[in-house]
Amino acid sequence: MSVIKSETRRQTFYMYLFISPWLVGFLIFALYPILSSLYYSFTDYDIIHPPRFIGLANYTEMFHNELFWRSVKVTLRYTFISVPVQLLLGLGFALLLHQTLPWRGFFRTAMYFPSMVSGVAMSLLWYWIFNPQIGLFNYMLSWFGIHGPAWLMNPDTALYALIIMSLWTAGSGMILFLAGLQGVPASLIEAANLDGAGRFRIFLNITLPMISPVLLFQLIMGLIDSFQVFTQAFVMTQGGPNYSTWFYVYNLYTSAFKEYRAGYSSALAWVLLIVVMLFTAVIMRLSRRYVHYEGGSRR
Amino acid sequence: MSTVKATRPLGPPSRLRRRFKPVKLVSFITLLLTTFLMLLPLFFMVSTSLKSKREMLKFPPTFLPESWAWSNYTDIFETLQFGTLYKNSLIIAGFSVFGTLLSSALVAYGFARYRGRGNNFWFILLLSTMMLPYPAIMIPQFVLFSKMQWIDTFLPLIVPAFFGSAYNIFLLRQFFSTLPEELFDAGRMDGCGELRMWRTIALPLSAPALATVAIFAFIYSWNDLLTPVLYLSSSDKFTLPVGMASLTSSRFRIPPWHLLMVASVLAMVPIVTLFAIAQKQFVEGIVLTGIK
Repeated sequence: MSVIKSETRRQTFYMYLFISPWLVGFLIFALYPILSSLYYSFTDYDIIHPPRFIGLANYTEMFHNELFWRSVKVTLRYTFISVPVQLLLGLGFALLLHQTLPWRGFFRTAMYFPSMVSGVAMSLLWYWIFNPQIGLFNYMLSWFGIHGPAWLMNPDTALYALIIMSLWTAGSGMILFLAGLQGVPASLIEAANLDGAGRFRIFLNITLPMISPVLLFQLIMGLIDSFQVFTQAFVMTQGGPNYSTWFYVYNLYTSAFKEYRAGYSSALAWVLLIVVMLFTAVIMRLSRRYVHYEGGSRR
Repeated sequence: MSTVKATRPLGPPSRLRRRFKPVKLVSFITLLLTTFLMLLPLFFMVSTSLKSKREMLKFPPTFLPESWAWSNYTDIFETLQFGTLYKNSLIIAGFSVFGTLLSSALVAYGFARYRGRGNNFWFILLLSTMMLPYPAIMIPQFVLFSKMQWIDTFLPLIVPAFFGSAYNIFLLRQFFSTLPEELFDAGRMDGCGELRMWRTIALPLSAPALATVAIFAFIYSWNDLLTPVLYLSSSDKFTLPVGMASLTSSRFRIPPWHLLMVASVLAMVPIVTLFAIAQKQFVEGIVLTGIK
């Protein structure tokens, strides 16, 4: 009895010892900022002078602020197109490359390569590609007799240009899907094959359920990343033209560090936090019926 | 597509014909086309970086430079203090990788090896912080770091890495959980301390997972724009992304595309190098830790 007790105590002691860096970091870099951000969101605060409590004023202003709604619309439109298409492309490439094909290694590397250019370099490259006068994109469209628009300079197309650019990095998702596909037992597929199931049926009834955890993981991470788009707006469009790429986090950044309205910006931050949590919770709940975990009999 | 026809008669005939079903042919051609599209921007990135100022404005863009302007690669060090930017980014990324590896490996080991009280609670809390958007906490962090007088130093970009990062802790914890208990029992019999077991048993066996974390941490720090934009104000402290972003600013009437492309190519070099060195371990790491 006492041996078991002292063993638990020993384990507990070493666990806390080893995880203490994260525990301290969690308090300083997560818990404290979340709570103070909540407090700031009820204040008028310019970072220099002490915050002044103003109740719900920031939140009521937000809901009457046109730029806020614009940023919500831009971000959601971007997310709802870019995330699903990226997932489908990543999965599609992975399925193609899961077969034994000549040059498989080359294809895998080549598809992943664009993901190594992410960030500012990618934004600069595509800034040139979308240039209406000298860029590659309209030149290629001209091969098919299409006269391309001014992409980033046209409010109707700027957001779609950024969506097209985001698809370029579908290869990073492909790698994760490939890893998932390798985990699908070949015996299951052979058995189904013997039972006379076709390719499509095997995919739908075996492969898809087996890789559903990877799909879920990427869906949630993709959403969270997409809600936080900043670099593209900062480097390529500055939120324009005519606020057509006025992303939520770009709006948040501008309010805090250009207009020095940290209180209002904190309210934006809290709304973002709540929306991310809601989306994650809803997806997790819905996914329970569809996501299959190996060895887990959840139903 | 000509290559497909070429490989058929060349290879061992019976085996290849059996393997190369119509589905595979379609897959192969699809891959060939998409890979071409994916690589085309990269090709033009490199090619434009070697064009003269006049040629970069030509339309349609030339596939290969008419005269190879290798001097672009030295010019950029003068027009942009590119050397300083590069050095700053390397210093910050280096410390970040070191900090992330050290702390994440410690914390992950704690979660994986010790079933202490509260293990589950803290681990779920850790996972939930992965969903915490950085913009949601950046203002209070900014206030905190400015009170500590850390503005315009590298510290806000480096120090947080030493407290572990949730995603990497999760990855390593999955890996450490797969190490057989017997190894540690044997270590304990030999009178090995807990920290020494971490260092001499767990770490050496985890090279693929550690390489994966190192690459993730490096890419994250190397590409980050928002944090350095917030904290760095004097131009000799700028990181590569901040300096590159400033190239599109109004300082130039026409963006110097050829120099922008030089910068993009050079920014890619460390990541590609790292990936080339650690590719095997990297892929293995992802497969083994099974991010799923």
